[in-house]
Amino acid sequence: MNYEELIKQTALADERIVVMTAENRALIRNLPAVLGPRFIDTGITEQTLIGAAAGLALRGRVPVVHALATFLTLRAFEFIRTDVGIGQLPVKLSGFVPGFLSDGNGPTHQAIEDVSLMRGIPGMTVFAPADEADMLAMLPAIWASPQPAYLRVNTRPGTYQHAPFEMGKAEIVAEGTDITILTYGMLFEQTLVARELLQAQGKSVGLINLRSLKPIDEAALLDVVRRGSLIVTVEDHFITGGLYSILAEILLRNQLTARVLPLALEERWYRPGRLSAVLEHEGFTGHHIARRITEHLGESGATIAPGPTVLENEFAE
Amino acid sequence: MTPETQQKLEKLALKVREHIVRLSTDGGCFTGASLSCADLLVYLYSELLNVRPDNLTDPTRDYLFLSKGHDVPALYGTFVELGFLDKARLDQHLSTDDHIYWHPNRHVPGVEFHSGSLGHLPSVALGVAMDCKMRGQDNKVIVITGDGELNEGTVWESLLVASAHKVNNLTLVVDRNHFQANVATEDLIPLEPLAPKFEAFGCEVRRIDGHDFKQLEEAFSALPFSDSKPSVIICDTVRGRGLPSIEARADRWFCNFSSEEVEELLRELHSQVATTLTSETLTVR
Repeated sequence: MNYEELIKQTALADERIVVMTAENRALIRNLPAVLGPRFIDTGITEQTLIGAAAGLALRGRVPVVHALATFLTLRAFEFIRTDVGIGQLPVKLSGFVPGFLSDGNGPTHQAIEDVSLMRGIPGMTVFAPADEADMLAMLPAIWASPQPAYLRVNTRPGTYQHAPFEMGKAEIVAEGTDITILTYGMLFEQTLVARELLQAQGKSVGLINLRSLKPIDEAALLDVVRRGSLIVTVEDHFITGGLYSILAEILLRNQLTARVLPLALEERWYRPGRLSAVLEHEGFTGHHIARRITEHLGESGATIAPGPTVLENEFAE
Repeated sequence: MTPETQQKLEKLALKVREHIVRLSTDGGCFTGASLSCADLLVYLYSELLNVRPDNLTDPTRDYLFLSKGHDVPALYGTFVELGFLDKARLDQHLSTDDHIYWHPNRHVPGVEFHSGSLGHLPSVALGVAMDCKMRGQDNKVIVITGDGELNEGTVWESLLVASAHKVNNLTLVVDRNHFQANVATEDLIPLEPLAPKFEAFGCEVRRIDGHDFKQLEEAFSALPFSDSKPSVIICDTVRGRGLPSIEARADRWFCNFSSEEVEELLRELHSQVATTLTSETLTVR
């Protein structure tokens, strides 16, 4: 099962589903022949794409809309906010190559404020799967929901066996007493590596795959806070408005404090390259994440052996 | 069109203009802009569209999307006169207890979608029209834009897509009152020659006098103009139509009159004799 197969089966079983794209067919190439008029390509027109999706949703359809994450969330932002958001319509946005997955494109294509933008829209839900299996686990619930949704598409193969998806629930991979890593999306695979490296140093390291950023699993986060370990947020997003901000909001709302190390992009776009080079340069390989955490703990003398090589991203659009 | 129908429409349009004038106080509304499309809305809801208070959820009804959200006083007035909306709700204009404000929203029966941010509803209407076609329905989907609104790229973007997809059940109507907000279109961002622009974007175009009910009927009853193209009807109109004192001034897009001025305007509406209004120039947006 892959993304295309899942959407095909879902659409064939549910005539409300309409697949739309602004000429980003990387994951849905075979659907035009299967879905006929229920596959709509508007060409390179993200704004019209969203408006038309809202119109289709007004008529009872559930449009699953594909575009590059950055153009979808940025160029069409007001259309999402105004047509889909004010309309509270069940438009399902699939953003391709979000965050570091846009590895070689450069700043114009880097969706690293998308979580911030989308969660700022009332009623919008926001999801970021760790890998393709995680994405397939969550999509049926997302598509079945009456709410608008934004998905950070992630088709990378994973090795972790994910728990079944439950709306609004994070996946607790491990609990730890020294450090807890919170993450979402494609960096999950690197945090697994980081956790192993830190565990090898004798540390007790927890790891949470958020899966859903809105609704957020506040109970799971508060549980981590109360355990008192160092919390590390790891995200391929600007530090503003993403997971670090979400955690900060939760802490303040509950009048709590915590030791938090945010690993995110601060006031800059990232340097383009192959994915492995980007993660290496920006300090987001498992090895670098572990090193940065160790240094934060004041253990700069500790040596951490580099983890496995980063699998390069398959080129998509 | 029979003389009786014509008379009926003229009476209705006069009533709608009265509503617009009455809404132009206690905070005001987009008076000038609304007056230009009163005849158009009256004709469409009274004569053409299969939209009635009792079929608003019927998916085979016709659809009218008011992309030019400023015109909502004309829509409110039309809805009151045709029984969609209780007249008492207009007394709630700009009250937070109701949803009667400067732009359309779906809390008002008959309003298909919220608008106000310009250049949005051509694409929303496109989505609706695509679905109607997909289901083999032949209902009309009409979207009204202002001419100033044509500055927004998404109007043209959506027409490109509509044309490419041969969405011939979609009709874009331009309320061509030759003003965008407080400035004449041709002085700021000239639009002429307008019809060839739409033709170049793959549309079939007609241009008419938007205050002439016979011309409205002739054009709209010929829809769709093509088997394979979206239709465009450019309605040449006069901003402030029906009130010479408003027609004459470029700054009467948005008006907030005193109650005395409203009474004076109502007299002007019926006698067509221009009055002199002392309200300050308003250039809100």
